[in-house]
Amino acid sequence: MSTLTDPDTGPRSTVVVPGRRAVRAGRFSGVLRVRTAVVLLVCAVALVLAAAVNMGRGDYPIAITDVLATLFGGGDAGQQLVVLELRLPRTLVGALVGGALAVSGAILQAVARNPLASPDIIGVQWGASAAAVFIIVLGGGAAGVGGAFASLGIPLAALIGGLVASVAVYVLAWRKGIQGFRLVLIGIGIQALLVAAVQWLLTVAQIYQAAQAQVWLNGSLNARSWNEVVPLSIAMLVLVPAALVLVHLLGALRFDDDTARGLGVRVNGARTALLLVSVGLASVATAAAGPIAFIALVTPQIARRLCRVGTPPIGVSLVLGAALTVLSDLIARTALGSVELPVGIVTAVLGAPFLLYLLARTRQEARR
Amino acid sequence: MNAIRVRPPSVQQPAPPRRSLRRRRLIGLAALAAALLLAVLASIAIGTKVIPVNEVFSALVAPTGSENDVVIRSLRIPRTLLGLLVGIALGLAGALVQGFTRNPLGDPGLLGVNAGAAFFVVIGIYVFGVSTLFGYVWFAFAGALVASVVVFAIGTRAPGGATPVSLALAGAAVSFLLQAGTSSMVLLDETSLDAYRFWVVGSLAGRDAAVGGQVVWFILVGTVLALASAPALNALSLGDDVATSLGHSVRRTRVVGVVAITLLAGAATAACGPIAFLGLIVPHVVRVFTGPDHRWLLPAAGLAGAVVLLLADVVGRVVARPGELQVGIVIALIGGPFFIALVRRRKLGAV
Repeated sequence: MSTLTDPDTGPRSTVVVPGRRAVRAGRFSGVLRVRTAVVLLVCAVALVLAAAVNMGRGDYPIAITDVLATLFGGGDAGQQLVVLELRLPRTLVGALVGGALAVSGAILQAVARNPLASPDIIGVQWGASAAAVFIIVLGGGAAGVGGAFASLGIPLAALIGGLVASVAVYVLAWRKGIQGFRLVLIGIGIQALLVAAVQWLLTVAQIYQAAQAQVWLNGSLNARSWNEVVPLSIAMLVLVPAALVLVHLLGALRFDDDTARGLGVRVNGARTALLLVSVGLASVATAAAGPIAFIALVTPQIARRLCRVGTPPIGVSLVLGAALTVLSDLIARTALGSVELPVGIVTAVLGAPFLLYLLARTRQEARR
Repeated sequence: MNAIRVRPPSVQQPAPPRRSLRRRRLIGLAALAAALLLAVLASIAIGTKVIPVNEVFSALVAPTGSENDVVIRSLRIPRTLLGLLVGIALGLAGALVQGFTRNPLGDPGLLGVNAGAAFFVVIGIYVFGVSTLFGYVWFAFAGALVASVVVFAIGTRAPGGATPVSLALAGAAVSFLLQAGTSSMVLLDETSLDAYRFWVVGSLAGRDAAVGGQVVWFILVGTVLALASAPALNALSLGDDVATSLGHSVRRTRVVGVVAITLLAGAATAACGPIAFLGLIVPHVVRVFTGPDHRWLLPAAGLAGAVVLLLADVVGRVVARPGELQVGIVIALIGGPFFIALVRRRKLGAV
């Protein structure tokens, strides 16, 4: 086993980099990586194909050519209804949510310097879950503050819950700065509280409420419509460019804090800004579709390996996460015939083997 | 530092600790024993039904068959004994996992025990129509057993053998797969969900003496194995190479450890459902006075686990009268903030 080209060893690897063409635009500059551009293109094609197949499959099958024709204004009335009102928005929500989760995970893994970090670690997904289940279970009979909270509706409540929980983790983890490992530990503590809250709510719920909550908790794209697409798109339009602008800090944050400071990065400020973007993306995604497992964890690592770079690439993670989620939703909708599974179950089943693959590759010593 | 004198492994002992440390450990153990006695008494005397102390006493020494006597003798005493057993098991299992994986965040759930138990319980409900707590026990135990064997097998196949990272990754992967299966079943079948949502919280309520009788032997065997592996764990904490050179078989020690963890955590989960967090926190608390020596740490962790579980159960019976708050939830509500404070105070497991 040669460790020379092993991405796991990060900055210590002695990969020979041939001269790359620099791309400059005013104050900003970057490097053109042909491999990354190719991977990005392939992922984008995969996304479009997965989306087209997804819109064609179901109780009312439509050929892919007809799907594409309908999208560009053709098709008969029935096809227009099914594609434009039902399957297109659902597919878009899947793509946006998957992209948001993947970018969120990519940022978080780079900040925590831990390839196994994902947004559920910093409380976002369980905070959102606790709030959503609270609404589902107590929405009808809650009074006072609870009643006012219940009138928000599940997505908004989940958004607030995720943000509140992650702020709590951040504030508690702050001691003369933010340190990745401490953030993870505090996250585990907060997560235990929120899991207990969710489980308790499920025991006091009526059984039909518990079933509804269980679907939400697995992450589902069922019955998602244009109502979710619009706010998701707006949030992504703000947060993804922010992530792309901040991404140059990630390279410096791979080193230890003193080295990063030496490179002129305000370490705690950079971490805070990056975490904000990560939490924002994870929160809007979870609010729209529930806590879908594994996309945030697995996508950045796959993208990193495909592109052969040190830190998870943001752009490729975005498109790849979208493609994986749409593909998983296609499987979830059609695998068991008429019974529809939540998309999160499919992503978990697809994601677990990847963890085992990481296991076969891991040569890092444990953090003691 | 004393030089390590190599003796035959059977009689090998570290140098005797300083007097003050020994005194601190003895005082700590005595305090734990006293706390355990109090917790047992509290668990018998305090409950959802308010019973005056003199009647509690008479129920213990001279039962007359009154309603209160029946409550205490047939409900509270078995429940207390079960709590004692399960608390000891979880405390020990937590200390063992942390010792074997050298991971301060080790938790009996790391080996997939909880996910395995849950998966098999739901199979029991969904496929076989099991509906009694008594019936769940064997399913849960089998699931815990299968999951931890699979995790250990995968973890040891990884390059470098069963390292802490490989075990954690294998445990996570297996747990996620099992959870996906569990979720699918409870989504497809409301009856399963209805039973599962109460089982998954972790509770001492509603278990009769028979459940305790089913698991007591597993916990006893697990406890013996755990305490017997204390010297080997001390050697392992110096690293695999040192442990080998001191005459310990690292492989055999790990296998014994996994068997002990599976028996303890599996039996506890089978009896009460998954009680998270107890096994994670308790070892950190007792290390404050025992230090890292497993010959002290293990017994102390067992005792402390029982104290915390019994007290949490009493709290759960009192705060939500006339109902109850399940002990698993009380432990998370108390343990979560405690753990956060611990992380903020010290450099816990920092690199």
